Amino acid sequence: MRVLPRRRSREEASGAWYPRWYWPGFALPGTLWMLVLFVLPFYVVVSVAFGTVDPIFQSPLPVYQPWWWTKTYLLEEWHLVTGEFRPVEVRTIVYVVLATAICLVIAYAVAYYVARFGGKRKGLFLALLIAPFFISYLMRMLSWVELLQLNGYVNSVLTFLHLTPHPINWLDGVPFTVVIGLVYGYIPYMILPLYGFLDRIDQSQLEAGRDLGASRFWTFVRVTLPLSKPGILASLVIVTLPMFGDYYTNNLLSGSPKTTMFGNLLDNSMEATGQGPRAAILVLFLIIFLMIPMLYYMRETAKAQRNQ
Amino acid sequence: MSETVRQRPPVDRRTEGPAPLAPARSTRTPLGWWRNPWRRPYILATATWMYIAWSLLPVLIAIGISFSAGRSNAVWQGFSTQWWWGHPKSDPTGALFVSPELHAALIQSLRLSFLTMFVAVPIGVAFAIGISRWRGPAPAGANFLMLFSFVIPEIIIGISMFLFFTYLLKFVHLGTGAQLLSLVTYQVSYPVIIVRARMLSIGKEYEEAATDLGASPTQAIRRVLLPLLYPAILVSFVLVFADTIDDFITVRYLSGGASTEPLSVKIYNFSRGTLTPAINAAATFLLVSTLVIALLGVFLYRRITRGQRAEGQEMTGYLT
Repeated sequence: MRVLPRRRSREEASGAWYPRWYWPGFALPGTLWMLVLFVLPFYVVVSVAFGTVDPIFQSPLPVYQPWWWTKTYLLEEWHLVTGEFRPVEVRTIVYVVLATAICLVIAYAVAYYVARFGGKRKGLFLALLIAPFFISYLMRMLSWVELLQLNGYVNSVLTFLHLTPHPINWLDGVPFTVVIGLVYGYIPYMILPLYGFLDRIDQSQLEAGRDLGASRFWTFVRVTLPLSKPGILASLVIVTLPMFGDYYTNNLLSGSPKTTMFGNLLDNSMEATGQGPRAAILVLFLIIFLMIPMLYYMRETAKAQRNQ
Repeated sequence: MSETVRQRPPVDRRTEGPAPLAPARSTRTPLGWWRNPWRRPYILATATWMYIAWSLLPVLIAIGISFSAGRSNAVWQGFSTQWWWGHPKSDPTGALFVSPELHAALIQSLRLSFLTMFVAVPIGVAFAIGISRWRGPAPAGANFLMLFSFVIPEIIIGISMFLFFTYLLKFVHLGTGAQLLSLVTYQVSYPVIIVRARMLSIGKEYEEAATDLGASPTQAIRRVLLPLLYPAILVSFVLVFADTIDDFITVRYLSGGASTEPLSVKIYNFSRGTLTPAINAAATFLLVSTLVIALLGVFLYRRITRGQRAEGQEMTGYLT
């Protein structure tokens, strides 16, 4: 009897056989889109930043060839950034750090409570915590603008309780309003990632901590906190980086030069024409500045993945 | 902690007898109440409820003011719908559905959101599928681009897009086209992140089983992988819509004039000047349209996942 040669298809050798272009083909539209509409615009930003200025209209003239780039305007702006804009930068960093710290404390408490003690009400809590995602940022800020007006409800409650003799003008360059506004705007984006990580913590690890004699406090510090570190890092990145470019919270809640942030510098340079390539150069500086926390975050997550 | 345990002298329980009982503490005294390990976390519970009230009450008040009868947007002055549909006795030009300016902006908002949703989600889903299976260094770079576009401040996208369309891609005029292209660029990372997370949790087994049973790669994706991804795709649709209709930062620089400004930009521009409850009505309209899309999403999600939904694996799981 002749043994038929067993037909070995390539599918059998390693699951299904895919043409080489198969998977890249799926990613192609997205990759092309990002290259043309994300990377190329950045090249234009760089070209404007290193370009020249129209002598009559003071409008920027981008230079696309790197060998003809000039540093004149870049150095001019650098002088401003290290000199005249210094107070604005310091203020931005102070506001962002304060707002992030307040965000982290509140968000951690809320996420921890819902993740550990939510119980049957977890679904309700999550719906209430997700609700701000679906309410526009504008609407949430607008409602505070209305509440904080001179004849608004906040002032009427405060005067009713005799906490202040006369209404406070909250919307006239009060740093406290801006910082709390930032907290209010960004805190939902912090609670959800934190909740995701806290919810995944195995309860038995906490019980083990308690069984081995750690108090509530030390179980939290030595078990829960280290386990939620990746969540804290991720939520810090999600909240802090956009805050550095925020100008609208400040514009809506204060609008006074006393609370100008870096984002306002960017926005002002876009609104007023004839400032040459300032907007592009400031964007470039901001990106370079934001690369530092971004790279730190990527290094930390890579380290955590290697340790697993 | 480990040091203190090591320093403690060993106790021989056979000679010493059983360990002494812990001193009984009354849970009635304040200190005992504080130390009671079975105490309910009242402080955290209060903080959580206070946070929820703080985050939602102002918005409810703002919605209420959109139905105010007065011109002030700080206090509610009786019920009326004049800021929505206008009122013959009052000035009708300020109402949301009557004022030609606000009405045009409303249409522009809806148009941009739907277009962005239907362009960004398919591109993002295909990208996520491709990137999860494609090996090599190229996908890591492409993925980094996506994540980077997700975390950088939106104003950076706005300014770079404005410069791009003013100096290089001059044939795209500022207006709907430029707005759409930049919104998609900013939003495409949402479906990528959500669908990729879902694909990681699904794994490759189902697809491999399908191809082992004779399905072609395309059939395996269409008949096995995509149905498993439907919930994630739905969530992406809802999120992209919700985020686009609120967007005013990118779009503001790219509006070619007042006629292509969506409602969100109008609200921003108005809220820095004199406010009327019509702005509240506009913001409430954005909220309601988002809610309608979200409810539609929940409804479709329930239909799709009927029978295959695991306990506790709810739609909210995708957001965290």
